[in-house]
Amino acid sequence: MEIKVLQDILSANDAIARKNQSRLNKHGILTINVMSSPGAGKTSLIMQIISQLREKARIAVIEGDVASTIDADKVSKQGVTVVQINTAGGCHLDANMTENALNNLPLDDIDLLLIENVGNLICPAGFALGEHKRVILLSLPEGDDKAYKYPSMFTQADVVLINKIDLLPFLEFDIASFSNAISGLNPEVKIFQVSCKTGQGLEDWLSWLQEQIKEMKSHHGS
Amino acid sequence: MHEFSITQSILSIALEKANTVKASRVSQINLVIGELSGIVDECVEFYFDFLSKDTIAAQASLSFHHPPTRLRCRNCAAVFSPNNLNWVCPNCHGPKIEILSGRECYVESIEVE
Ligand SMILES: Nc1nc2c(ncn2[C@@H]2O[C@H](COP(=O)(O)OP(=O)(O)O)[C@@H](O)[C@H]2O)c(=O)[nH]1
Ligand SMILES: [Mg+2]
Ligand SMILES: [Zn+2]
Repeated sequence: MEIKVLQDILSANDAIARKNQSRLNKHGILTINVMSSPGAGKTSLIMQIISQLREKARIAVIEGDVASTIDADKVSKQGVTVVQINTAGGCHLDANMTENALNNLPLDDIDLLLIENVGNLICPAGFALGEHKRVILLSLPEGDDKAYKYPSMFTQADVVLINKIDLLPFLEFDIASFSNAISGLNPEVKIFQVSCKTGQGLEDWLSWLQEQIKEMKSHHGS
Repeated sequence: MHEFSITQSILSIALEKANTVKASRVSQINLVIGELSGIVDECVEFYFDFLSKDTIAAQASLSFHHPPTRLRCRNCAAVFSPNNLNWVCPNCHGPKIEILSGRECYVESIEVE
């Protein structure tokens, strides 16, 4: 006997993600899911955000990593609260892991929660965590032809940061063609060119981020 | 590697549904998984054998339907399939593209006894 099911395979994850998000809303915590290939600059970005915004917002970090605690150690040296999620080989974070991490964070004392996802541009796409905004980093050495290689990721992004812009003089990367491809797939997306090493271009992106934090506070939390 | 959690979800969806009709065995699971979902059939099959052991879905066969990627131009509304890694409209050569299909990822139906 055949029984119709028609159920999304990720529906269980989506349900937990929605629960996470309403919990974050209740506390007025703007939550950002940071995704990229390994080495594109997620940890560097998080360090930059901490050093530039630490006076203006209370920041916490969830570090997803396959096995090591190197990134979590780096970030916790900055004096912000870090929860490490060890995915034990898993290639992405999921809503359930995020929920566990939230249980270990002082939610009343956070304005901005940064989640460093596992370095990967395929698997995290389908797995919502409960975040408000999705930020994807694409670094110049990866090449300007990546938009259509990871279309699912780029169509879901709120922000694409073209990182390592300091390397532009040394590489052949057509920023206009990459940006057109991304905007073509995702007309709403915000694109910023940044260097998480030199700090170049970070200002615009950081003011966008601060606006989001403010908006979050005005709608939710105290 | 995310096939592991995908497979866990597939199995639990199938078992839950089978339970609602008091089935004694799940013999087949029909899946719809778009080309763009990045899910590899062989990986799902591999994990399924391992995860379904000791359940009423053990030895169920998995059937994969892969809807092809279909795109629509937001400028001239032409519908087309990408034929390479450059998704420009074959009609007006514009880059404003909407994904119509190819991202599906759901359990269509199950066969139970
Ligand atoms: N030149 C340059 N190097 C960068 C930049 N951002 C990060 N890196 C370097 O890229 C490497 C990987 O960065 P990391 O933040 O650990 O990447 P993650 O794996 O995505 O967390 C490190 O050696 C960083 O110093 C940048 O904007 N410019
Ligand atoms: Mg890192
Ligand atoms: Zn067209």
